[in-house]
Amino acid sequence: MTETKWSVDEAAIREFSAANNEPAWLLNARLDAFSKAEDLPLPKPDKTKIDKWNFTEFGAHHVQSAPFKSFSELPEAAQAVIGEESSTQNVYVQRNNTPSILNISDELKEAGVIFTDFATAAKEHSEVFQKFFMQQVVKADEHKLTALHAALVNGGVFLYVPKNVEITEPIQAVFIHDDAQAALFNHVVVAADANSKITYVENYISTVKTEQGVANIVTEVIAGDNAQVSYGAVDTLAENVTTYVNRRGITSPNARIDWSLGIMNDGNTVSENVTNLIGDGSFADTKMVVVGRGKQSMNFTTKVVHFGKHTEGYILKHGVMKDEAKSIFNGIGKIEHGASKSNAEQESRVLMLSEKARGDANPILLIDEDDVTAGHAASVGRVDPLQLYYLMSRGITKQEAERLVIHGFLAPVVNNLPIENVKKQLTGVIERKVRQ
Amino acid sequence: MSQSTLTIKDLHVSIDGKEILKGVNLEIKGGEFHAIMGPNGTGKSTLSSAIMGHPKYEVTQGSITLDGEDVLEMEVDERARAGLFLAMQYPSEITGVTNAEFLRSAVNSRREEGDEISLMKFIRQMDNNMDLLEMDQDMAQRYLNEGFSGGEKKRNEILQLMTIEPKIAILDEIDSGLDIDALKVVSKGINKMRSEDFGCLMITHYQRLLNYITPDFVHVMMQGKIVKSGGAELAERLEAEGYDWIKQELGIEDETVQ
Repeated sequence: MTETKWSVDEAAIREFSAANNEPAWLLNARLDAFSKAEDLPLPKPDKTKIDKWNFTEFGAHHVQSAPFKSFSELPEAAQAVIGEESSTQNVYVQRNNTPSILNISDELKEAGVIFTDFATAAKEHSEVFQKFFMQQVVKADEHKLTALHAALVNGGVFLYVPKNVEITEPIQAVFIHDDAQAALFNHVVVAADANSKITYVENYISTVKTEQGVANIVTEVIAGDNAQVSYGAVDTLAENVTTYVNRRGITSPNARIDWSLGIMNDGNTVSENVTNLIGDGSFADTKMVVVGRGKQSMNFTTKVVHFGKHTEGYILKHGVMKDEAKSIFNGIGKIEHGASKSNAEQESRVLMLSEKARGDANPILLIDEDDVTAGHAASVGRVDPLQLYYLMSRGITKQEAERLVIHGFLAPVVNNLPIENVKKQLTGVIERKVRQ
Repeated sequence: MSQSTLTIKDLHVSIDGKEILKGVNLEIKGGEFHAIMGPNGTGKSTLSSAIMGHPKYEVTQGSITLDGEDVLEMEVDERARAGLFLAMQYPSEITGVTNAEFLRSAVNSRREEGDEISLMKFIRQMDNNMDLLEMDQDMAQRYLNEGFSGGEKKRNEILQLMTIEPKIAILDEIDSGLDIDALKVVSKGINKMRSEDFGCLMITHYQRLLNYITPDFVHVMMQGKIVKSGGAELAERLEAEGYDWIKQELGIEDETVQ
């Protein structure tokens, strides 16, 4: 194995932790993970070779950015996803690694909701945060990238919703990447206690070009008994940013997690989205849309693991590949022994728009229990020249015809996204990504 | 608008290297309704596809011009914006794109950016045309041709024709698969287009369509060429006597393209 080139060392980690007044447990977790990172292997996403990808070299572990003071200072792309400013808005804005704006309504505060940036969560909610941070859902020593993440985490949010609290308005986090030197090691914890209900939406927005960037993002969702978490994400990180993004959830009995993911990064991306259905009667639904362009390579693994009885898992992914983009869609439905009466369904579809675009969809069902139902559908194909001919024969330009076909191909996913705001955002983002 | 002329001269067309059209000559002017008739496999649909620019058809010789402009030099969308329209025999199905969205794109492709048709005006116009074609209003919001019955697809082609208002339209077997009631409705839509500014070429096997839309000129196609032309009375004779007398007259044994 070749020696990994690191952009940070142990001293830098200690220094960063001290500067943020982190509790001892977090520093120890960082150092422990860092010591393991060197020897742990990279994850092996099926059918994509990532050993030459850059996950470790970046400009700086953390950069100090001037915080945005108001919505009007935000870049246009961020304003667009937040929408009109209002007093009931719950939104966190992070500029590179610096917490910027945090609006949380009185209503949420009174209900006991915690919504804060990573550093504050570790400092001021140390005890509760420690229970969740890389303990139950994602472990630091799974592989090199999770270890690196635990060692170098430098941003993110913590959202905790107490028992019986139902929040209808989405809670939003916007991560703005506008410094070419910045590396994003964001950690998001969404913990929904019993019978609570929340919608969380995050955006990753690059407004800067970089030569060499790294984003290593881990999300942990913990859905308590009968809790409902709707998790939306629209990622638009720039070309040359290598992204590892791991969004994973676990469910208690009768809990439900809905994922609405739009992965529109322009750089190489490994995305892992796993839901472990632990509790009986729990439910997971993943909807994902992807547009690839340029020469980017992406790998999407979406997995639902059924442990509890009567659990249901649904995966629906549609991707469009333009130019020379490559993508692998792995869908895994796994039903463990004992998870009787469970149902695992998945559908993956990839549309390639050019000769050099590549796509692959691998549906996998792993079933260790007899009394279950499961199904899968997958297709990979090129755009039908006769469809374009038909549209163009009505005067529609080739570009507009392609736009309509792409829009139509993604519509079955986009139209059914449970979060209205994400639906709207994605429609715009897809439009932009397709037009260029 | 003024009268347009579509001129086809000595047109030779191949598909996968096989020559299908072997020198077609035809001129269609605004205000005229032409019908091309002929048995299966004589090149009728190839002619319509070649005029519109279907990707599989290769023009190897001859010319097509619209008001003097070289149609063969134009991309498919440019041909459409220049004033050509083809009601297709097998329209594509496009999932996720509603009929209304598609039609509006087609209308706006003929307008400058910033001068797009207003939504209200568009909907009103579409509603009127759909009423005339006795189409369910919900067809506007259904995905383009997806799950449409054969008859619904044909009506939808004519809805597009009425919305786009081209200078010259080619209707490729618009009557196939229609029952008599549907045929009447579709014919009503086509007849409504009649004006000095609109020329039409109907391609059909059967004289039946011509009972509802009277042609000014009738052409018979065999072996990839137009072998006989006449007025509406030619269609009536074909209906009564079939094609054999033409074959005998011209000494043709096998009318299909060899």
